[in-house]
Amino acid sequence: MELVARHGGAMLRIARVYAPSAADEVVQEAWAELLTSLDRFEGRSSVKTWLFKILLNVARARGRKEGRSIPMSALEGDDEPAVPAERFQGQGHLWAGHWAAAPVAFPSDPAVRSETRKKLKAAIDELPALQREVMILRDVEEWDSQDVCNALGISDTNQRVLLHRARSRVRASLEAYFEGASHG
Amino acid sequence: MADDRQRHLDCIDVVELVSDYLDGAGSAEERVALEQHFLICGGCMRYVEQVRATVEAARETKDTPEPPEELRKLFRAFQASKKT
Repeated sequence: MELVARHGGAMLRIARVYAPSAADEVVQEAWAELLTSLDRFEGRSSVKTWLFKILLNVARARGRKEGRSIPMSALEGDDEPAVPAERFQGQGHLWAGHWAAAPVAFPSDPAVRSETRKKLKAAIDELPALQREVMILRDVEEWDSQDVCNALGISDTNQRVLLHRARSRVRASLEAYFEGASHG
Repeated sequence: MADDRQRHLDCIDVVELVSDYLDGAGSAEERVALEQHFLICGGCMRYVEQVRATVEAARETKDTPEPPEELRKLFRAFQASKKT
């Protein structure tokens, strides 16, 4: 049961990307599939990445069945800049390309940490599917990039781009939240 | 003569490279250019700290829920089948 406990949270969060109302069932089905096919496990990847490959197949199939299939463009998210261009000085300015509205430090007060965690979790849950998966596995679960590429079946370059976009969006959400909190 | 031309980065370029920088995934040349930029740019220094804080806070959202009874049953059945 140790594997179940260790990966349970991440499995549920990833199952919810495709099948929010049936995440528990998806996780259960993925484990059942893993246990029945253990004999076929060839050890070319870790059990962890194999488990998540199965989970993604089950979750995506369930999503399709529920009419929730996500188009490819929405899976990856738009190619938007990490920070909107308006935050920087425009062409023709002496300091073109430098901050016009520079970031301020996030509050480090421990009292705001639990609220920050909630906001951050919500921001991750709003990411496009693949960005969400990469950020959950890399930053929440602390997997290395190779394992993430294997589990998700993506290239290292793609993984880096998705993680960059995901972190940029989540950072922007936190910044907006702290700005709102300081003005409110 | 050594080539002392260095890659020039504006803040608008820096923000696109920070994620790789934090993971040690960019090139050595990129790393040097970023670190030189951080020395003179407080805005980008704070930006990189914000992204670092975001990654650290993401780690704290990890949860390990108790496995539901259905899953425990599945494992008990599997273990029992292996014993026979």
